[in-house]
Amino acid sequence: MNVETPVLAEPIEDASWHRLSPRMLLVHPVIEIGRALPAIVGVFLAGSSQGHSYWGLGATGIVALYSLTRWFTTRLRITTEQVQLRHGLLRRRTITTARDRIRTVDVTSHLLHRLLGLGRVVIGTGTNDRNGSGRLVLDGLATATATRLRDDLLHRVPQPVDTAPSGAREIARLDRRWIRYAPFTLSGVLTGLVIWGFYWRIQGESGVDLARRGPFRDVTDALHRLSTTAEVVVVVAALVAFVAITSTVGYVLAFWNFRLVQHDGGTLQVTRGLVTTRATSIERRRLVGATISEPLPLRGVGAARTVAVATGLRTGRGAERGGEVLLPPAPRAVAESVAARVLDGTSAITSPLRPHGSAARHRRIARALLAGVLLVAATSIAWAAGAPAWPIAAAVAVLLLGVPLGLDRSAALGHEHTDGFVVTRSGSLIRRRTVLDERAVIGWNLRSTFFQRRLGLVTLVATTAAGEQGYRIVDVPVVEALELAEAVTPEVVKPFRAGPPATSG
Amino acid sequence: MALPCGGRSDDDGGMTDVLLRDPAHLVSRRARLYWTVRALPSWLLVGGLEAAILLPDGVPGAVSWSVVAATVVLAVLHLVVMPQWRYRVHRWEITDTAVYTQSGWVSQERRIAPIARVQTVDTQRGPIEQLFGLANVTVTTASARGPIKIHALDRATAEHTVAWLTERAQATGGDGT
Repeated sequence: MNVETPVLAEPIEDASWHRLSPRMLLVHPVIEIGRALPAIVGVFLAGSSQGHSYWGLGATGIVALYSLTRWFTTRLRITTEQVQLRHGLLRRRTITTARDRIRTVDVTSHLLHRLLGLGRVVIGTGTNDRNGSGRLVLDGLATATATRLRDDLLHRVPQPVDTAPSGAREIARLDRRWIRYAPFTLSGVLTGLVIWGFYWRIQGESGVDLARRGPFRDVTDALHRLSTTAEVVVVVAALVAFVAITSTVGYVLAFWNFRLVQHDGGTLQVTRGLVTTRATSIERRRLVGATISEPLPLRGVGAARTVAVATGLRTGRGAERGGEVLLPPAPRAVAESVAARVLDGTSAITSPLRPHGSAARHRRIARALLAGVLLVAATSIAWAAGAPAWPIAAAVAVLLLGVPLGLDRSAALGHEHTDGFVVTRSGSLIRRRTVLDERAVIGWNLRSTFFQRRLGLVTLVATTAAGEQGYRIVDVPVVEALELAEAVTPEVVKPFRAGPPATSG
Repeated sequence: MALPCGGRSDDDGGMTDVLLRDPAHLVSRRARLYWTVRALPSWLLVGGLEAAILLPDGVPGAVSWSVVAATVVLAVLHLVVMPQWRYRVHRWEITDTAVYTQSGWVSQERRIAPIARVQTVDTQRGPIEQLFGLANVTVTTASARGPIKIHALDRATAEHTVAWLTERAQATGGDGT
């Protein structure tokens, strides 16, 4: 491979090897240095404590140089049949993806990418997306090239470039009033944990206690001068304020300019982001359902989010667990109507569900109380052995909280088979209602513990290639579980149904 | 399949027998001994840890002895009861349209997948399994939650099953999603 390999640009599909955009030479060092920052800060602090202040500089230089090799060692090739990516300095890898297996194409632009007019293209192919091996990441193409590549890959029939905007209808866009729900997403808790982890890593690698340095010391000293009660109140208030503010910032960063558009062929396109912009396309035939997700705080204020259940979608973490967000936290009615509209106006989104009955309720409550009972027992034994009594009070509080939790969880349980969809709902702290196209159901897992069998209950899992790969119907009476399974996939379940006792030998 | 249909099981293992019958075939008889042998090392480890903690502290007291006694009772119960229980639960069946298995003991699971959606079929044999002449058959579908594993078949049955399934899966075609 010679040095004059051209950069991928206009004639995309010419079967020869190309490079990614050379502007990535500016991006890679910044990203890699940012990633290695805790280590670099550690090296710097360790070095400066021994009078070698250049250590940090050296480490930064090494990381920057190493990051540049990524651009020099990466090539890609797009033919009429496949997309190939070759990369790696010491261990060379070639990833090949057949074009007819491509199911999603994401274009993401982080801040630096945007400043330089670049986009990161992630090509998803389905089955192996979960462990990342089925994904093909083209990090760094000029935005125009990236967009054209996406359209080329998704719409296999070559189309004139200028037809893209026409025939698209908008299903949803961000309403600024929804930002008031942001503090209730509690996404700031995660941010807090990340910052805390970062702090501990720096401290661990440098051996320097940041709480004893500079402005931090003034804060800790001021706190120590307060009474214990006041200290707790101040810390809790600060944490609540921190979570509320970071959750709101997170919401705005992630969902600013959010737009959900449906193109003529039914392909959905989600674009969003303030600093980092993302554009995700989902083919209609890959979209097999939707999840309405209501974390408890959001449910308390009547809000919910909608997540796509689709094959070949990259499954993210947190809010994006199980698929792409089709609607950020918004009023519940809006979340439901968006889910219904992308699924051809199905009534399954809001249809009433079959409850799972008293046995399921008893099991939910018993399970919710279990932790409290064990805690009370443990703290009581500890108290008898000389420990203070207040942990018992805390354990009793946990026990009492178990009652509403168990009731709420049992109230959530329900399922239905309606309008060609399997519907299931469960959960209290995060309540999820998922509707799944019956044609997307592959098979069934029926799980039962010893106690479930005694109560005549089973946890039925509908396995599928989409979203979370399996959707659970928790604690459903065995009779109803089998009725559902047989109704959805008769040819698979019927042979094993026991009608009259089997006498064949 | 050319394999004979097993009779009804003694029914203490099955979980929903009235509504969904057990899969037809039992696994290999040698599976019971294999499960015992496989469970042995972890109990030896627990015993070893207890000895290491209790012995250096001089003469063990009543509490220590009761812990040791409880461990021994649990270990013997597990090593004797678990394999027998499992042997009654673990069953499998393959028809023209579906693969159906039942596994577990205290917690049990039944899995059903259509042959038409099968993507891969393969066998695995661990070192202890090879010693007992056993093999596992894994049938995967497009769902990451859907793989069906038939545990502890004797080797000939496993190979026969894989060959048959592979042929069937090819016959139905499609990409299985």
